[in-house]
Amino acid sequence: MSSERLSEKVLSPEVRKEIDHWLAKFPSDRKRSALIPALHLAQDSNGGHLTTELMDAVAEYLELPKVAVYEVATFYTMFDLEPVGRHKVNVCTNISCWLMGAEEIVSHCEKRLGIKLGETTPDKRITLKVEEECLAACSSGPMMVVDGHYYTHLTPEKVDEILDNLE
Amino acid sequence: MTDKAEASNPDHVTIQVDGVEMQAPKGAMIIEVTDRNGVHVPRFCYHRKLSIAANCRMCLVDVEKAPKPLPACATPVADGMKISTRSERALKAQKGVMEFLLINHPLDCPICDQGGECELQDLALGYGRGVSRFTERKRVVKDENLGPLIATEMTRCIHCTRCVRFLDEVAGERELGGMGRGEHTEISTLVGLGVHSEMSGNVIDLCPVGALTSRPYRFTARAWEMLSHPGVSPHDCVGSNLQLHHLRGRIKRVVPRDNEAINECWLADRDRFSYEGAYSEDRLERPRIKRDGQWQDCSWEDALEAAAGALMQVVEQHGGEQLGALVSPSATVEEQYLAGRLMRALGSRNVDARLRTGDVSDQVLRPAYPALGLPLADIDTLDAALLVGSNPRAEQPIVNHRLRKAALGGAAIHYLNPRRHDFNYPVAEQLVAAPSTLVSRLAAVAAVLLEERAGEAPAGFRELLAGETPDDQARAVAGALREAGHAAVMLGPLTEAHPQGAALRALAGLVADLSGASVGYLSEGANTAGAWLAGAVPHRQAGGKAESSPGLDAVAMLAEPRKGYLLLGVEPELDCWDSATAMASLQQAQTVVALTAYVTPALEACANVLLPMGAFGETSGTFVNAEGTWQSFPGVTSPLGEARPAWKVLRVLGNVLQLGGFEYQSSEAVLAELHALLPEDAGETRMAWQAPAAGQDSGGLERVGLLPLYGTDPLVRRAGSLQQTRQARDRSVRISPATAERLQLAGADAVEVIQGDQHVRMPLVVDEGMADDAVWVPAGIRETAALGPAFGPVELKGV
Repeated sequence: MSSERLSEKVLSPEVRKEIDHWLAKFPSDRKRSALIPALHLAQDSNGGHLTTELMDAVAEYLELPKVAVYEVATFYTMFDLEPVGRHKVNVCTNISCWLMGAEEIVSHCEKRLGIKLGETTPDKRITLKVEEECLAACSSGPMMVVDGHYYTHLTPEKVDEILDNLE
Repeated sequence: MTDKAEASNPDHVTIQVDGVEMQAPKGAMIIEVTDRNGVHVPRFCYHRKLSIAANCRMCLVDVEKAPKPLPACATPVADGMKISTRSERALKAQKGVMEFLLINHPLDCPICDQGGECELQDLALGYGRGVSRFTERKRVVKDENLGPLIATEMTRCIHCTRCVRFLDEVAGERELGGMGRGEHTEISTLVGLGVHSEMSGNVIDLCPVGALTSRPYRFTARAWEMLSHPGVSPHDCVGSNLQLHHLRGRIKRVVPRDNEAINECWLADRDRFSYEGAYSEDRLERPRIKRDGQWQDCSWEDALEAAAGALMQVVEQHGGEQLGALVSPSATVEEQYLAGRLMRALGSRNVDARLRTGDVSDQVLRPAYPALGLPLADIDTLDAALLVGSNPRAEQPIVNHRLRKAALGGAAIHYLNPRRHDFNYPVAEQLVAAPSTLVSRLAAVAAVLLEERAGEAPAGFRELLAGETPDDQARAVAGALREAGHAAVMLGPLTEAHPQGAALRALAGLVADLSGASVGYLSEGANTAGAWLAGAVPHRQAGGKAESSPGLDAVAMLAEPRKGYLLLGVEPELDCWDSATAMASLQQAQTVVALTAYVTPALEACANVLLPMGAFGETSGTFVNAEGTWQSFPGVTSPLGEARPAWKVLRVLGNVLQLGGFEYQSSEAVLAELHALLPEDAGETRMAWQAPAAGQDSGGLERVGLLPLYGTDPLVRRAGSLQQTRQARDRSVRISPATAERLQLAGADAVEVIQGDQHVRMPLVVDEGMADDAVWVPAGIRETAALGPAFGPVELKGV
């Protein structure tokens, strides 16, 4: 009813166009199906994290209850609700990677970056995320995901190279 | 399929539970069948009124040939299924689930408010281990403030999600959700908005543990020390069934009593939390007399002598017609009946419980009482409805709940109001018009139906139509009502308060006749229907028999001041149609005798004798609800101080006045006497057409003065927790953007509301849902008590 729509204010025309692209893949009464891609788009447009306002805008755009959006955004670890660094580093610590030395990789990252899991470097370059579940590369552990890209068969040296190359 | 099942009922299958054969409808879940047959299966998340979540896993049962135990709440029956609820495998599974549930649940029942009535505690007794094997730390969840009604202790939550599902599926607004996942799951709003549903208190009953508890009741009693007695809600024409829990003479809390035909297993917050108002600081505990301008406590004998003497004096000096009685529409029928009898015995027919009725010109034509015209439960299955001057979400939350069920089932629900309300279900059309235009908008709907039928317009119809041509909305409403198999037209409290109520009622009847819909009323208060039948109206004697010449109605007996008044459970400055006139007339009167549970500055200013009456829970009696169901309830607690049930006060007042036939021994005796007078055909809602007077468009601003959700009656107004809710705190005046523009009030956040000589300053909200020229100024609240008529001209001035 409000004349000014939050989604039009907060989501750019490009983001809305991208969401529409996803919406087109689902029946018109199943807008909820586009929720995860929509949240990704909103998050990417905001430097890597979601705000309440952005989630409310997505809820309005997809005609969902706000709480339904909050539930999804808090459920998945790939959505961040606090400001993050420019790059997100996720080290898998689930069973296969753990057996292959993931703990060592994690402590190496922590030492190298001077931060703990879940923290961001003071220069806002890298966030070392708490990864909770298997990242689906069990044949190639230990592994990590950096900004959506998979790096497998990690060694401390390889990790240094990858981290050093992040702007 | 066995021959036996096929032979008996093709829609049923036969299953075996713990060796006992049971018939079950196809598609039913195991737990529904076991529940129906009295076999107990433990559960937390399953609730028969909510969707199936199957997330607590407590109801695991052993099904033959299944590789592992299955949840009874989510496993459909199949023919020949053999189920064991108590086999070793079932019990092992249930005990295993219980152990997991208790991992993070505190084991400190003695300090938990739910202790003693906790589903988890009860089941842990049967399924839990004596000693926990869990030595790690338990998780702790921070509590969230959900508002003034619901207390939280979220560490105790076991994530059954009943509260989440209730708010989504029944209350209609998803205010809570399951945030996070795994061990980090928390039931929360995430952003701290709180829970604001008008039905929110039901999550307290649904919560199987002590995570969500009643904030006002919390830690004030234990379940096992309280007594429980039945009651009926005194707030709306639904008459929700209650159970009053009381301890040492005080009501500690109110919970719903199951009645599928009325409130199902739910309760609106107003019905649940209003009991707090019975213990407000301004309760009148002793009779009082005003002597030489000073209020003095006195004995009942002195008070009754003084009251009787003062009333007799008016009768002797000025005649009975100079007496008037204003009776609460939420008083019991026994009280209303005795008030009517008393007045008539004193020679006055001026008795009225329709305190907020703006137009009585059709009262003689109207049926015996304002009935809904269909059973409440039938609202669920309506295909279409038109509600005129009605906002059931605030007025009768249970009716709104039932309309919501109909709407979700595909019914086309339409509203005609001066304001577009925020409903929690899809509404087909909301027709919005200023009060004076409501008549022509409703006439337009009738015009469409007349045109289709090529019917002759009844006398006076053209005047009501006032040149309005039916628009698309009117056509949509007419079409939906005509085509629906089961349609209803309902008139809300606004139509009663409307100065052209007769026209609205006549047109609603016409629309119903032409479309084949039922027609009926959602009346104000808990017992307007009872008042009509009990003779607490000036045009009907007890039993509904017409008076040969009616007395004055509530508005008239204040507009034409009387010498003496009797008030029963009324706050005159808040409960009357025209507060300013009411107070002026009462103040000029020679005598005002008030039966009241509360002593207020207004009553102290106008009354001569204050007689303390029992409040909620303290009086036995009967309410007649909108569908015409008579529901009697006992007095549960003793009235506070020296207060007495109002029926007893009226009885003794009758004795002191030496009126015959006031020797009742119980409220049941009063009821029995009234019952004998009742007509056979009560419940009819149709009435003959009589050309109503056409109104005049004032051309100016028109007040819409309705009672807010938590301002309906003296009890609710004093319920502290309800008064802190968002709904109660919103006391703004509302106007449309165009009206704001015209009055140069677009940016203002406050406004001066002027009616005649009266003016008050109120917060202003520009609301796109308001009809142009309509001014929303709530009645029933202190801030507007100085103003005049609930409906009629009003002026606004910037401040």
